Amino acid sequence: MNLGPHADFIVAAYAVTLFVVAALIAWVLLDYSAQRRILGDLEERGVTRRSRRKG
Amino acid sequence: MAVIDLANPTRFLRIVDRVLPWLIGATVFLLAVGLYRALNAPDDYQQGATVKIMFLHVPAAWFGMFGWALMSVAALGTLVWRHPLADVSGKAVAPIGAAFTFICLVTGSLWGRPTWGTYWVWDARLTSMLVLLLLYLGVLALYWTAEDPGRGARAAAILSLVGAVNLPIIKFSVDWWNTLHQPASVFRIGGSTIDPSLLTPLLIMALAFTLLFVALHLAVMRNEILRRRIRSMRLMQAQEVHA
Repeated sequence: MNLGPHADFIVAAYAVTLFVVAALIAWVLLDYSAQRRILGDLEERGVTRRSRRKG
Repeated sequence: MAVIDLANPTRFLRIVDRVLPWLIGATVFLLAVGLYRALNAPDDYQQGATVKIMFLHVPAAWFGMFGWALMSVAALGTLVWRHPLADVSGKAVAPIGAAFTFICLVTGSLWGRPTWGTYWVWDARLTSMLVLLLLYLGVLALYWTAEDPGRGARAAAILSLVGAVNLPIIKFSVDWWNTLHQPASVFRIGGSTIDPSLLTPLLIMALAFTLLFVALHLAVMRNEILRRRIRSMRLMQAQEVHA
């Protein structure tokens, strides 16, 4: 694969895209694990949602 | 199952948990095929190898715009029908749309320097796309800084609807004004002007971006539902302490 005289621009475009998408995925995964952890802590302390309560 | 059943967040979460692994698998597969085809595509007779940037730039532009269109529909759901998942969907799509718009602007700029001789020019297409990014940042600021999430959601929904005016401006800017940016070449009356050897990898990448967009949207919606669940549990806990 020959990227020609403007290889730097092509590589930079792919690198920026990869970085932004990877950052987005990392944020989603970290946020998910944080929300699950907080939810688990609350449930462990006996806090439940209104819809889960009896009576 | 009726579509309205999806309005139940618990059922929605169950469906997301089931669908997401398959969606991620299909996204990775299509991205791999698309990138292989993109990087091995022949050079364009005018652009040379820089045409490879188009395989990222064009789908990113489409999904930057599609994200705002989706946010506008969600805004209607929030303001008119008060659909339980509409605001969740609108809030979830904002960072994803902003990211795709940012990718579109940066890759376009990196393509412009060797092709046009400049990173940036204030022509109608580029400027309206920059306005889209600024609008996304405005919506994100409304969501992230509002003390009352309900008020923040309504303000963001109004901005989403007002900002939708920018979408036809972006699309038709190349027809309405004399721009450096080329006119539409994929979806146009009379068919695409792109050679099949370049169009095929472009469409595969567009499909891969579609799956990536949907997977990210569902994952961020799931996080947002959990966040709201935590907030309501904390509020109930606080009420019990004060009772």
